[in-house]
Amino acid sequence: MSLLASLPLYPLLSFLILISFGKRLSWVMASWVSVGAMGAAAFCSMFLVNQLSTSDTSVITAHMWQWFSIGSAKVNVSFYLDALSAVMILVVTGVGFLIHLFAAIYMKSDENFTRFMAYMNLFIVAMLVLVLADNLVLLYLGWEGVGLCSFLLIGFWYQEKSNVLAARKAFIVTRIGDTAMVIGLFLLFKSLASLNIAEINQLAQTTISFTSNSMNAAHSDAYWAALLLLGGAVGKSAQLPLQTWLPDAMAGPTPVSALIHAATMVTAGVYLIARMNGVFLMAPEVMNYVAWLGGITLLIAGVAALAQNDIKRVLAYSTMSQIGYMMLALGAGAWSAGVFHLMTHAFFKALLFLTAGAVILALHHQQDIFKMGGLLKRLPVEATLFLVGLACLIALPGTSGFFSKEAIIASLWSSPTAGPSLWWCAILGALLTSIYSCRLFFLAFLGKARFPENLVISDHIETNKLLRGALFILALLSLFGGLVTVDLSSLFSSYKPSVVSSIDSPSWLHIVAIATPFIGIIFSWFYYRRYRIVTDEPLTASHSAWIVFCRNGLGFDTLYSTLLIKPYCFVAKLNKNDLFDQILMLIAWYVRIWRDILSVSQSGSLRWFAAAFGLSLVGLICVVTL
Amino acid sequence: MMLTFIIFGLLLSGSIAWVTDNKVFAGIKFQAKWVSLLSVLALGSCFLLLVYFSNQNFQQLQLFERVSWISSLNIDYALALDTLSITLIVLTFILAVVCILVSWEEIQEKSGFYYFNLLATFSGVIGVFSAVDMFLFFFFWEVMLIPMTAIIAIWGHENRYFAAIKFFIFTQVSSLLMLVAIIAMAYIHQQQTGVMSFYYQDWLMLDIKIGVAQYLMLGFFIAFAVKLPSVPFHSWLPDAHTQAPTAGSVLLAGILLKTGAYGLIRFVIFLFPQASENFAPIAATLAVISILYGAKMAFAQSDFKRLVAYSSISHMGFVMLAIFSFNEIAYQGAIVTMVAHGLSSAALFSLAGMIYQRIHSRNLNDMGGFWQSAPRMGGFGLAFAAAAFGLPGLANFVGEFLSLVGAFQVFPIMVVFASLGLIGSAIYGMLLFQKTFQGVPLKQVQDLSVREFFICGSLLGLLVVLGFYPNIILGYAFGVFA
Repeated sequence: MSLLASLPLYPLLSFLILISFGKRLSWVMASWVSVGAMGAAAFCSMFLVNQLSTSDTSVITAHMWQWFSIGSAKVNVSFYLDALSAVMILVVTGVGFLIHLFAAIYMKSDENFTRFMAYMNLFIVAMLVLVLADNLVLLYLGWEGVGLCSFLLIGFWYQEKSNVLAARKAFIVTRIGDTAMVIGLFLLFKSLASLNIAEINQLAQTTISFTSNSMNAAHSDAYWAALLLLGGAVGKSAQLPLQTWLPDAMAGPTPVSALIHAATMVTAGVYLIARMNGVFLMAPEVMNYVAWLGGITLLIAGVAALAQNDIKRVLAYSTMSQIGYMMLALGAGAWSAGVFHLMTHAFFKALLFLTAGAVILALHHQQDIFKMGGLLKRLPVEATLFLVGLACLIALPGTSGFFSKEAIIASLWSSPTAGPSLWWCAILGALLTSIYSCRLFFLAFLGKARFPENLVISDHIETNKLLRGALFILALLSLFGGLVTVDLSSLFSSYKPSVVSSIDSPSWLHIVAIATPFIGIIFSWFYYRRYRIVTDEPLTASHSAWIVFCRNGLGFDTLYSTLLIKPYCFVAKLNKNDLFDQILMLIAWYVRIWRDILSVSQSGSLRWFAAAFGLSLVGLICVVTL
Repeated sequence: MMLTFIIFGLLLSGSIAWVTDNKVFAGIKFQAKWVSLLSVLALGSCFLLLVYFSNQNFQQLQLFERVSWISSLNIDYALALDTLSITLIVLTFILAVVCILVSWEEIQEKSGFYYFNLLATFSGVIGVFSAVDMFLFFFFWEVMLIPMTAIIAIWGHENRYFAAIKFFIFTQVSSLLMLVAIIAMAYIHQQQTGVMSFYYQDWLMLDIKIGVAQYLMLGFFIAFAVKLPSVPFHSWLPDAHTQAPTAGSVLLAGILLKTGAYGLIRFVIFLFPQASENFAPIAATLAVISILYGAKMAFAQSDFKRLVAYSSISHMGFVMLAIFSFNEIAYQGAIVTMVAHGLSSAALFSLAGMIYQRIHSRNLNDMGGFWQSAPRMGGFGLAFAAAAFGLPGLANFVGEFLSLVGAFQVFPIMVVFASLGLIGSAIYGMLLFQKTFQGVPLKQVQDLSVREFFICGSLLGLLVVLGFYPNIILGYAFGVFA
C-alpha cells in the first residue's frame, strides 16, 4: 500500500482504538495514541509533499478499490495529490497535530476524554479524504464526514440544551448547502458523464454543450453547476446566506473551534471552488457572485465582530470574514492568493483560538471579554502570543497574514470578475478587522482587571510546556509562514476574458492597502480609549438596539426563523395527524354510521317491524303507482 | 425441489416450533425460539448453497419448479429465481434472524404460536419473491398477510386491534384490484392464444392494447403502491409499524415493503412497459410527494417508531422514483436502496424495541441523555440515524445517490425536489438521535446486552460493507435490465 493511501489510516486506527477501548484507556495512553497518530500523519504528509516537489510528475495518485460505477463512469476510492491538496494536507495534519497536542492537555480533566480525541481523529480522517479525493463522490463522503464530526464535537457536552441545539443547527444548515452540491453533482454527471475531478475540469473546458446556452434556457449547464457547487461551499464555509451556524458552533470545546471551525473544515468550501476551478472558469457570472458573496460576508461579519462580547464569537465572526477574503480572491480568479490566505489563516487563527482557550481555561471558563481585562500582566506569555495572532489577522507588514491578504487585495482591482467596488469592500473589511482586533485586545488584555481579585490562574495551563510549545510553533508559523511562497499558478488555468480588461491599477492602491490597518489601529487607540486605560468606571457592554442587532449577527437568525423554521414547524404540527389518513378514515366513519343506524333499526320489538313494514309497503306502492 | 423444500420447510418448522414449545423430548427442553432460529439458519444456508451450486445464469429468470396445480384453469405451481429475487430472499433470511433475535426476550406469551406466525410470514414472503405463476403469487401474497396481521393483533402494543384491522383492510382491498387484473390477464391470454394461462413468462409474450394495458397496469400498481407504500395510500403503515411488536416492525419495514417494490419492478414495469412509461410522470410525482411528505411527517412525530415509520415512506419514495425513471443507473439505485433501507430501518426498529424494553415508552419526550448511561447504544443509534439520513459510507447513501443520479437524467426538476428530502431526512434524523441520546439524562438505562450488541453490530457491519463496497449487490443484481 502506498504512503498516500495510508495517510488517513493513522488517525482512523487511532479512532478505532479509542472508540473500542473507551474509558478503559488512561489519559496517557489515549493521548499517546491519538496525538501520536496525528504526528505520524503529519510526518507522512511532509514526506509526501517533499516527494511531490522533488519528483518530475506533479501528481501522486493512489488507487484503493472501485467503489461503484455509475453507468460506465467508475467511482473509485482513489487519492489524488497535487500542489493544491499538498497545501491542504500540510495544513490539516500539521495544524491538526499541534491542535491535538493542545487538546490532549486542555481536555485532560474531562471525563469523556477518549471520546473527544476519537471524534477529533475521525474528523481528521474525513478531512483528509475530502482533500485527497480524486472524484466528487468521495469528496462528498469526506464532506459529510467532517459535517458529522463537527456536529458531534459541537454537541460534545451534550447534556447542555444549548449545545445540542447549536449542533443541530450546524448540521442542518450545512446540509442545505450540501444538498445543493449534490444536485450540482447530478447535473455535472448528466452533462459531462463523469464525476472524476480532473476529468471534469478538463471536460468543462472542451465540452461545448456544457458551456453554451441551449435554446430555451437562459443559462448554460456550467452556470447552474457552478452555482450549485457554490451552494455547497457557502454552507460549509459559513458564507452568506448560510453563515448563521458558525457563531453558535462555538459551543464546542475550544480546540474544536480551532481545528474545525477556524483552521480546516470551514475552509473546505474554498478548497472545493479552487478544486473545481475548471467549472467556475466557464461560468464568469458565478465567479462574480462568488466575489460578491465573499465581499458582503466579510463586511457583515466584520460589523458583527465589532459588537460581540464573547471572545470566541469575536474570533468566529473574524473567521467568517477572513473566509470572505478567500472567496473574494477565488471570485476574482486569484486562486493562488485565496489558497495562500487559507494556509496563513489556518496558522494564525489556530493560534488565536488556542491562546483564547488557554486564557478561558486560566479564568475558569470565563469567555466574556467584559469580565477580563488587564491580563497582559497576569498572563504575559499568552498575551504576547495573542498579539502575534492579531498582528497576522490585521495583516501588519511582515507577518504571514500581510503577504496573503495583500496578494488578494492586489488582484481585485483589475480582475474582470471583481473590480474596484470589491476592492473597496476588501479595504473597508481590513479597516474593520483592525478595529475589532484592537477592541478585543484592549478589552481582554489591557485596562482594569474586571475578574475577581483573588482568582487563581489554573496552573496546568501556566506550567505546561507541551501546551506552550504547540502555541509557540503556531506563532512561528504565523509570523514566518508567509515567507513560504505558495505557487499554484501552474495548477490553475487563468480566466481569459474575450475583451482584455483595460483598467490599469492606479499606483496608490498598494499604499492605501498597507496603510489601512494602521489607520484602524490609530482610530481604535483613541476611540476605545476607555477600554485600554485603567479607570474606576465600571465597564459594561452597550445595550443600544443597534449594537444588540449587530451582536445577534444582523438579524439573519430571526429572518430564517420566521421565514423557514416556524412555518415548517407550524405545518408539521398542524398536520401531525396526517391529512390523508383523516380523509381515508372518513370511509371508516361512514361505514360505522350506517352500522349504527342499521343496528338501531334491528331493535327486536314488534312495533318497529310492523311500522317499518307498513311504511315500506306505502313507499313501494307510491313508487309503483307513480 | 430445493426451493419448495425451503418455502414449506419454513412453514413446517414453524408448526414444529408451535407444537414443541416448552415441551421436553428426550431430555431436551424445546423452545420455539431455538427451533425457529436454527431452522431459519439451516434453511438460509440451504438457499445459499442452492444458488451457489446451480450453475445457471441468474440474469434471466431461471425456472426451478413447474407442476400443474389446478389443471382445469391451467394454474401451475411454478417457482423461479433471478438476481433480483435472490437478493431480496437473502435479505429476507438476514432479517429473519434479526426478527427472531429481537423477539428473544420480548415475546413471553404464546411464544410457540408467535414463532409459527413469524415463520409463516417468511415462507409467504419467499414464495412471493419466487412465484412466477400469478395465481400462486397471489396465494403467497395472502399467505404473508394473514400471519402478519395476527402478529400485530396478538402481540402488538396498546392499540393493536385497530392497527391490525387497518393493515388488513388496506392490503386486502388493494390486492382485490390486483386479483381482478390477474384474472383479466389470464382471460386476455385465452383470447389471444386460446388457452388460459397464469404463467408469468407467457404473459410477457402477450401483446395488449395500450388502452386495456393502462387499466390492468393500474390494478397492479395500486396493490403495490399500497404495500410500498406511496402517498396517498400510506396511512396504514404508521399505525401498523407503531403497534406491531419489534419483530413485526422489523419484518414490515425490512421485507414486506420490499414486496411492493418487487412487484412494481417485476409486474408493473415488465408486463406493461409502454403503459407504465406513459404513467411514469404521475408515479414519479407521487414518489416525490412521498419523499417530502414522509420526511415532513416524520419530523412532526413524538413517537420513536412512528417517526421511523414515516421515514420509511420517505425512503421508499426514492425507490419508486428510481423504478419509474426507466434508467439503468436508477434501477441499480433502487435495488441498493431496498436492501439498505431493509437493514437500516430494521436496525432502527430493533433499537426502538431495545429502548422500549428498558423504559416502557416509545415517546421521545420520555427519552433523553441516554448516551450517559448507555454509550454503546448511543453509538449505534447515531450510526443508524446517520444511515437513515444518507451519510456517505453507509449503504443508504449509495442507493439514494444512484437513484437520484439516474432519475436526474429523466426527471431533472423532480429530482431537485426529491433532493430536498435529504434536508428533511437530516432534520428528522437529528431530532431522533438528539432527543433520545443527548440532552439532560432523565433516566439511567442499561447498556446493550451481548445479544443486542450482536444484532446492532451485524446490521451496522452490513451497512458499512455495502456502503463501501456496494458492488456485492450491484455486480449481482445488475442484469435484469439487460
